Amino acid sequence: MENKAKMLSIKVVAETLNVSQKTIRRHINSGKINSVKLGGVHRISESELKRFMAGEVVDSNANKDSGFPLSNKVPSGPLENKWSKHKGNINLVSPANKRNIDIIVVGTGLAGASASATLAELGYNVKSFCFQDSPRRAHSIAAQGGINAAKNYQGDGDSNYRLFYDTIKGGDYRSREANVYRLAEVSANIIDQCVAQGVPFARDYGGLLDNRSFGGVLVSRTFYAKGQTGQQLLLGAYSALNRQINRGKVDMYSRHEMMELVVVKGKARGIITRNLVNGKIERHGAHAVVIASGGYGNVFYLSTNAMGSNVTAGWKIYKKGAFFANPCYTQIHPTCIPVSGEHQSKLTLMSESLRNDGRIWVPKKLEDADKIRKNQMKPTEITEENRDYYLERRYPAFGNLVPRDVASRAAKERCDAGYGVNKTGQAVYLDFSSAIIRYGKEKATSTGQDTNNIDLIKKLGKEIIKAKYGNLFQMYEKIADENPYETPMKIFPAVHYTMGGVWVDYNLMTSIPGCFAIGEANFSDHGANRLGASALMQGLADGYFVLPYTIGDYLANDIKTGSISIESKEFVEAENAVNNFIEKITKNKSGNSVDYYHRKLGKIMWDKCGMSRNQKGLKEAIKEIKELRKDFHNNVFVPGFSNGYNEELAKAGRVADFLELGELFAIDALSREESCGGHFREEHQTKEGEALRNDKDYTYASCWEFMGEQNHPKLNKEHLNFEFIELKSRSYK
Amino acid sequence: MDLQLKIWRQKNKLNKGEIKNYSIKNIEPDMSFLEMLDILNQGLISSGEEPVAFDHDCREGICGACSLVINGAPHGPDKGTTTCQLHMRRFNDGDTIYIEPFRGNSFPVIKDLVVDRSAFDRIQQAGGYVSVNTSGNTVDANATPIPKPDADKAFEAAACIGCGACVAACKNSSAMLFVGAKVSQYAHLPQGKVEAKERVTNMVKQMDKEGFGNCTNTGACEAHCPKEISVENIANLNREYLLSKIK
Repeated sequence: MENKAKMLSIKVVAETLNVSQKTIRRHINSGKINSVKLGGVHRISESELKRFMAGEVVDSNANKDSGFPLSNKVPSGPLENKWSKHKGNINLVSPANKRNIDIIVVGTGLAGASASATLAELGYNVKSFCFQDSPRRAHSIAAQGGINAAKNYQGDGDSNYRLFYDTIKGGDYRSREANVYRLAEVSANIIDQCVAQGVPFARDYGGLLDNRSFGGVLVSRTFYAKGQTGQQLLLGAYSALNRQINRGKVDMYSRHEMMELVVVKGKARGIITRNLVNGKIERHGAHAVVIASGGYGNVFYLSTNAMGSNVTAGWKIYKKGAFFANPCYTQIHPTCIPVSGEHQSKLTLMSESLRNDGRIWVPKKLEDADKIRKNQMKPTEITEENRDYYLERRYPAFGNLVPRDVASRAAKERCDAGYGVNKTGQAVYLDFSSAIIRYGKEKATSTGQDTNNIDLIKKLGKEIIKAKYGNLFQMYEKIADENPYETPMKIFPAVHYTMGGVWVDYNLMTSIPGCFAIGEANFSDHGANRLGASALMQGLADGYFVLPYTIGDYLANDIKTGSISIESKEFVEAENAVNNFIEKITKNKSGNSVDYYHRKLGKIMWDKCGMSRNQKGLKEAIKEIKELRKDFHNNVFVPGFSNGYNEELAKAGRVADFLELGELFAIDALSREESCGGHFREEHQTKEGEALRNDKDYTYASCWEFMGEQNHPKLNKEHLNFEFIELKSRSYK
Repeated sequence: MDLQLKIWRQKNKLNKGEIKNYSIKNIEPDMSFLEMLDILNQGLISSGEEPVAFDHDCREGICGACSLVINGAPHGPDKGTTTCQLHMRRFNDGDTIYIEPFRGNSFPVIKDLVVDRSAFDRIQQAGGYVSVNTSGNTVDANATPIPKPDADKAFEAAACIGCGACVAACKNSSAMLFVGAKVSQYAHLPQGKVEAKERVTNMVKQMDKEGFGNCTNTGACEAHCPKEISVENIANLNREYLLSKIK
């Protein structure tokens, strides 16, 4: 092989990489590029150049034997030194050169907005895109409960290591150690940053920051702003973004959808967008493209995601060569408002923070459950001894605060056994009466009031619950038409977050050089299950503190490139592809609506790829999705015109991508013959019905590679090395 | 329930719009208002017509995208509620419902019920931030204690979702509540005090430039605000503005 490969001179390599020959020599001397001396002069093989362009590191010890084609670039050395060592070693771009480098950021949620702001502040020219009418409306805004940080302000034994350990364990040992440790390490800084920006976190009476507890952990490390933490953090990032827009360092493109990635000579060099107001297809060039477009939970149609949340940006880069990792890892959140009927368009989350004070139960007796479903009995009529607080019963150590995957499966188990409490039998109770009494008594005692007056105690208790969760209770009452202060809430699991996503290395770069993925769009930090209040942490960590450093490692080799021309044939081809798609999808003059297909896809996904999966169902799902996709492309009807505002057309593009992703999702779930985190295969469970992991065969991230429309995707396995943590079976008992 | 809908249809910014009539049947009380419109749209699509365009995204009352004037009231009849959180149980069988966009000179219609609210973004860009670098080299978050009442006040102002109902409700199309909320949030926090003067000056200047009207203290903004942002914030805005001119 090596002999046949074309050998290139330093001059040719320097021209290809757009850097000086001196730089190449420096890389050769430092070992970054391997060369052979032929006739006394350095020659570099084509494959070596390709490897270098892909940003792979020569001396990486990981994945040497696994056959994984890329390096994950995890630095060697002790866990706690990796990030500082890496920061010390990576390439930097000088301020003067940053001014000549353009970066595209797709998405303006916590990750996208914070990255855009920080990159602009560092001196890069940023173009920021979102499909919403304002960057402030990205769906990070809806995150309720809080953000984790290892501040240990409560003095309850928290540390970077404990946050790291909890996250690895919570993720069921399917995430990359070094990435997770880095996340824990920068977490404390996020809080400092946000406070400096004027984010109004909750405070105690001494004026210091308050904390609460979330599922899967035994410390209080969650910072919050009532039930609107995501809103406040996003508005903080949005304000930082606005500051840079005002400085002229960020060009903001709202109501723009990314339709295609442009790859020139193996590097991401731009995107094609559609202006959602006038329908114009536009070309945008840059030296690097950052995907921060969030998760793909809407593949299920019903989810807690916003109506517009989509996988399109991630999917387009997958089809241009970026690996898509662990698509089947989906988080089904245990506390959402149950589905009320066929018309349902989306599901609403009730923050996990409610499990701090709410107790989850179903009736102990089947006949009681039956009466409740028929509206012949009220939950308040069921006495304590006839209630089954099943989480407290099954998991005494963590009780109602077990991780989300565990809580969701336990709810499904009870409902499947016939104990569900709404008319469809798909709901359990979340009850605050104990907490109301407890808080009421505390308040009465501390204010010297009558502790035997039950009405007074209830009144005081309700006031405290209102102060903590007022907006959530109000939202519940609006939707469910019941007063949760008086009667227990009804809740049921719903699709909420996707841990899977675009594969990235330690620098957050995808397998396409120059294309990065951050926040929920990437796969890196949460393994097979995410702990509560960690999504906000990851989004801001990636955007404020990780990507702005690591992107320099790539861009340092791009300083001589000059501005990116959007007239190249690659841009023309990408634009043509987008136009062809639009022409095809709008050709029918009648047929089924986009939503018709989206709902059908969602049903297949929920029934066969949802909270529990089995081989038979997954195989059926793959077949059914294929058929549905064919039907969609033949029969979908998109009314209106493509040269103006047309929401149906925008939806059609998104659903077309979901119809492809759904299949990959099922393929991935089928290939993973184990249960871990959010991925529960019925074939792999313990006698007690707990998830059964298979560390021997599946301690890897499944990284799928697109091999063409007609071909099966290729599975590449990034083996996960656990150097610092011992793999254990997860127990919350 | 069966309903008569009178909906504003407008092809684009340049065309003239008009109210069109639609009737819709079998609406369930548990549906949200937007789900009712979804059903209307599915019906329109199946008969080959263009669906009614309206802004919406999170459908949980926090993103601020939804923006309908329902029977003359921005976000409809319920207090402290966004359109997406309004449910059909609020209406009766046989009702006629008028649905119009948020109107205001500074909110041009894009299509049907969709309006352009980018003026709000530009006001924020003019000064709605603390000029702190995001690179992480800041002081510890607990280095400056903030009295709980101040933090709570700041939070109440910061709860604004930027939907524009205040503008749509105001006879002058004033954006004072929106601007006041942002200015107040920072005015209540020590972090915001440093640039308080420039902030209020620049934001008000941009607000005027966008063509929003002035406040005449009718309080309609607060009455229709889905997050019940208090008009106290307008008083705060005026005070901050005055202070910026004195010294």
